Amino acid sequence: MNLLEVQNLKVHFPVKHGLFSRVAGHVKAVDDVSLTLAPGETLGLVGESGCGKTTLGRAIVRLIEPTAGRILFDGEDITALKGGALRTRRRGFQMIFQDPYSSLNPRMTVGEIIGEAIDIHRLAPDRAAREKRIGELLDAVGLSPLHALRYPHEFSGGQRQRIGIARALAVEPKLIVCDEPVSALDVSVQAQIINLLQDLQRQRGPAYLFVAHDLAVVEHISHRVLVMYLGRVVELASARAIISAPKHPYTQALISAVPVVDPASKRRRIVLPGDVPSPIHPPPGCPFHPRCPVAEARCGSEVPPLREVEPGHFAACHLAK
Amino acid sequence: MPGPLLEIRNLQLDFGRGAKAVRAVDGVSFHIDPGETLCLVGESGCGKSVTALSVARLLPSPPAHYAGGQILLEGQDVLRMDKQQLRRIRGGVVSYVFQEPGASLNPVFRVGHQILESLKLHRPEAAKAEEVVRLLKLVGIPAPESRMRDYPHQMSGGMQQRVMIAMALASRPRLLIADEPTTALDVTIQAQIIELLRDLKQQFGMAMLLITHNLGIVGDIADRLAVMYAGQIVELAPARALLARPLHPYTRALMNSVPELGGSGGRLQAIGGSVPLPGQFPPGCRFYPRCPSARPECADKPPELREVEPGRWVRSFYSL
Repeated sequence: MNLLEVQNLKVHFPVKHGLFSRVAGHVKAVDDVSLTLAPGETLGLVGESGCGKTTLGRAIVRLIEPTAGRILFDGEDITALKGGALRTRRRGFQMIFQDPYSSLNPRMTVGEIIGEAIDIHRLAPDRAAREKRIGELLDAVGLSPLHALRYPHEFSGGQRQRIGIARALAVEPKLIVCDEPVSALDVSVQAQIINLLQDLQRQRGPAYLFVAHDLAVVEHISHRVLVMYLGRVVELASARAIISAPKHPYTQALISAVPVVDPASKRRRIVLPGDVPSPIHPPPGCPFHPRCPVAEARCGSEVPPLREVEPGHFAACHLAK
Repeated sequence: MPGPLLEIRNLQLDFGRGAKAVRAVDGVSFHIDPGETLCLVGESGCGKSVTALSVARLLPSPPAHYAGGQILLEGQDVLRMDKQQLRRIRGGVVSYVFQEPGASLNPVFRVGHQILESLKLHRPEAAKAEEVVRLLKLVGIPAPESRMRDYPHQMSGGMQQRVMIAMALASRPRLLIADEPTTALDVTIQAQIIELLRDLKQQFGMAMLLITHNLGIVGDIADRLAVMYAGQIVELAPARALLARPLHPYTRALMNSVPELGGSGGRLQAIGGSVPLPGQFPPGCRFYPRCPSARPECADKPPELREVEPGRWVRSFYSL
């Protein structure tokens, strides 16, 4: 059974104008997205800024209210859960944030930050058990139990991200949504955090929804990869297939644009014209057609459905074969 | 003119004075020939940006304090120039493009007006709307006649960066310094801007100093590469040779720690520890505490930058 199933999820934000905050339109941040995630699996979510990947991640852990669609976690519909019921279920899914500087409360010690989750879900019978648990968690993310008494500002960016990971792990979740967990870190520290996330998955088995814009990082850590453009899924396949044989012209351009260190590699670079269009007024038909190098007449009028081009390889393009 | 366009000799830059002084740049030397592109690569806090800002003395002083060295721009020492001379070289000889185009543009003026301002200052004879249109066209902005009437917030990040480049080019500089020009941009837009910079460099024979933390983008554009760590250059070499065969353990570790597209998917070779902050650089070799090939003697004595092969400089006792 799937751990997570997202069905036709939509998140639309109203755009307000004028004195009386008249709703002038909607930003379709996430528009009809469906996906599944197996226990222990890592699904990478990539796309450029404004494509809706962060909104999707946040909607799944119910930090943003979805406009339509269903989210099934462990077989249970959590789309409409509220209050205490939602809080109880949150034990199953946690989040790691992008900015390790702003996502930790500067007035709490590391022990208090991690212990808060333990207290809310009553995971420790007494004080000694709580301390022990915090020590174990710090140990698991490569810090020392002694760090529990310190404050976030005493740590470097990479160490703070480790604290964020320990906080997420504290309730032993089955799913962790990682929202750009390494993009705020120095290059030499990114690899430490990626390795840590992989080790923890091997030892404790949580599934990851890994949101990032760096394709190389996503490919490295993910089993399957989902590519988004203007709030829609344009391609979904195994990490290997999506990098070696992308079907959608947008994915192809995205991959070709990734800078390569090796100067000897003579890859053909597809430089896309123009910018990502505004999600308030997405183009008709295929949202990518104004920038697409191979667009045809029908791409401007018919929205291409996401279809299975090869077994397990989905693409939303009329021309994908 | 014979000789290099820019030559930095043993630059030493402190923040603060006396006992509280923190040395951010410690003995950096390099040169850039006319028409050449040098990339300065390093992580946060390594001193790459403050080195670049020093070329036109853009750091407020105090707190910045130049403790030693020379910055020779067309043979003249920037560190000894008075205000009038500095005004002449800023824009006239060297122009800058920064990381955050949104923060570098003035939000209350139309972009055309801001480019015109740069023209008035440096090329008054060309300060006309036609020249603004020509510059915007040059940097690949579609419909420049109408876009010049836009305010910065009406443009996307990529477009704003193109405007910044147009503004930098308006004064026809001989050296363009680009400090992380693509870091704030999306991958596909990043590719556009790098393509643009490379075209412009070929068209005008302009020299370029490109600052970045991304080793991936330098292969496309750099002639030579200088890798900085903890306020010093640790490796300096022709770009192709360096990327094909890094000699300093830090350069090699940095390249290995980045996952490669289509790579094997094995465990990444992470560098332990974290980047030291200025003022907390370790004695001896500064990379020693994190170095995978460190030996005991590395902790005692700082290694010198030495030429190990023609044109290849490395600061390490044991170049790989």
